[in-house]
Amino acid sequence: MSDNPVPTSFDTTIGSKKPDPILIVDAMAKTFGGLRAVDIDHLEVQRGIITAFIGPNGAGKTTLFNLITGFDKPNNGSWVFNTSSLAGKPPHLIAQAGMVRTFQLTKSLAKMTVLDNMLLGASKQRGELLRYALLRPQWQKQETEVLKKAGTLLERFNLSHMRDEYAATLSGGQRKLLEMARALMSEPTLILLDEPMAGVNPALVQSLLTHIEDLRDDGVSVLFIEHDMDVIMGISDWIVVLAEGKIIAEGTPADVSKNPAVIDAYLGSAVAEELKDV
Amino acid sequence: MIMNLLADVDIGKLLGLALRTSIGVQAATFALAAVGLNLHYGYTGLLNFGVVAFMAAGAYGMAIFFTQGWLGGSLILAIAAGLVFAVGIALSIGLPSLRLRADYLAITTIAIAEVLRISFRSQRLLDLTGGPFGLPSIEDRNANVSFADVVTVDWNPISDGSYGFWRLRFDDQTLWVMILGWLMVLLATLLIWGLMRSPWGRVIKAIREDEDAARALGKNVFSYKLQSLIIGGMIAALAGVTRALNTGFVETQQFRPQTTFFIWTVLILGGAASVWGPVVGSIAFWFVIIFVEELLRQMVDSGWIPEAILKSNDIASVRMIMMGLMLGALMIWRPQGLVGKKEEAQIDVR
Repeated sequence: MSDNPVPTSFDTTIGSKKPDPILIVDAMAKTFGGLRAVDIDHLEVQRGIITAFIGPNGAGKTTLFNLITGFDKPNNGSWVFNTSSLAGKPPHLIAQAGMVRTFQLTKSLAKMTVLDNMLLGASKQRGELLRYALLRPQWQKQETEVLKKAGTLLERFNLSHMRDEYAATLSGGQRKLLEMARALMSEPTLILLDEPMAGVNPALVQSLLTHIEDLRDDGVSVLFIEHDMDVIMGISDWIVVLAEGKIIAEGTPADVSKNPAVIDAYLGSAVAEELKDV
Repeated sequence: MIMNLLADVDIGKLLGLALRTSIGVQAATFALAAVGLNLHYGYTGLLNFGVVAFMAAGAYGMAIFFTQGWLGGSLILAIAAGLVFAVGIALSIGLPSLRLRADYLAITTIAIAEVLRISFRSQRLLDLTGGPFGLPSIEDRNANVSFADVVTVDWNPISDGSYGFWRLRFDDQTLWVMILGWLMVLLATLLIWGLMRSPWGRVIKAIREDEDAARALGKNVFSYKLQSLIIGGMIAALAGVTRALNTGFVETQQFRPQTTFFIWTVLILGGAASVWGPVVGSIAFWFVIIFVEELLRQMVDSGWIPEAILKSNDIASVRMIMMGLMLGALMIWRPQGLVGKKEEAQIDVR
């Protein structure tokens, strides 16, 4: 696979220290009415690996994503990304800091072409400033570079043949790919993928998983949400299990699948669901 | 029967009047305002139901500064003051409401437009705005003195006389204002064209479709929406200025909410989110309005439509009904308007 030092054993106590954390979350809480959707004492995410958040529906995974990326405000808590605190920052500044997310319901921009979607992803574009917008020579060179980068990424994600089509014409799986490729245009250091496999045709799932592994091998830290256990066991380096807003376990896939708390809270509930149907 | 109708209807007059209006200053004014609204709604997705507030700001700003003799009585500077006033309106609408959902902007804009109109009309501002009488003052108007003289007389390079052919003859003053009006429409359209093919325009279109997607990619959505509101607002203010310079006076009657909805009709008819949509829309709008109105008038006058059904002083209302029907048909069969792109149409009734 890769030359990266993929960890096989950290401390598996909840909230354990990591050697080189890219993201540290402290005392984060979010309540919706009486419901404590997220309630985390301490969490560290290791740089350079694939970390998965798993948990049953309603465990608070997406809420946690929304809080970290500034799309929702926590009742209290702080979080540090690459040594800078992000608490209270608006989403666009968080994205500019190098932490870019995708959404569970893909937000590919249907009324723009695939290529325009990609170009939009690039950060620090001079032509996006009103004072330069009408002065093409001011941004032409950068636009050419951005175009080239978009071409390379589209090639890598097998979307080159669709570049001039409206994103509305893409299939669900292709939209997921586009959203991921678009997020990479800004060269993030941490990419947060919210259920990248949901609703994707099984034939495409394997290719998506390969893309996620490639990201890690290129040095991007990956944090992703998934509720399907089978999918993540193969590709995650580290798994954080959430249930009812709390972290109930963390560890390697092997650790987690043996953890009785996980089996009880997560797999147990799934088994119970199945039994109900019988 | 049809032959008889054709004999009673003066087709030359019908077409002449309709064409004359559709290339006139009023059509240019509406086109200009629609270009501004197109940036707001067509490209950025901002529901501005107070276009007329920006027009009133431009027209009154210009008229007040000029008649008060502030800024040395220069008309250019007075127009600039009108545009600055429009920027102020954009900020006062945008700062509180652009962070909220789209419908809050719609409510705020419609309210500001009425607040502005009723304030201009109030007795308290009589010395400044002329209250219900407008500007210039009654004495000046009786003496035929207006700020528009600067444009129609001092700046007018066309020698006295009438120009054109057939029913499309205009005197030199009207022609000059028409040229200026359409020139501004052209410049504003080119500005929007240039902006929308830049990376700036790309962000604007992304915001129209999904603000959160733009935010997730590091774009400051609030700032872009405010920029759009200001630029579009200034274009609409220029439309207000053009209207005031054409009529020679400003009055609150000119800035009633229905003007906003005419401009919306113009935009949707031509095609929102298309560069030339507002221009095509305005020409088509005035052609149809005048054509229908004149046709009805002639049919009533020649007895084809009995008085019991329609009296000639009701015709102006009927043309609005026709316009509504036309909009409805457009929504069903051509939601992208006359020249818009189907793929980018925002109104989707399917």
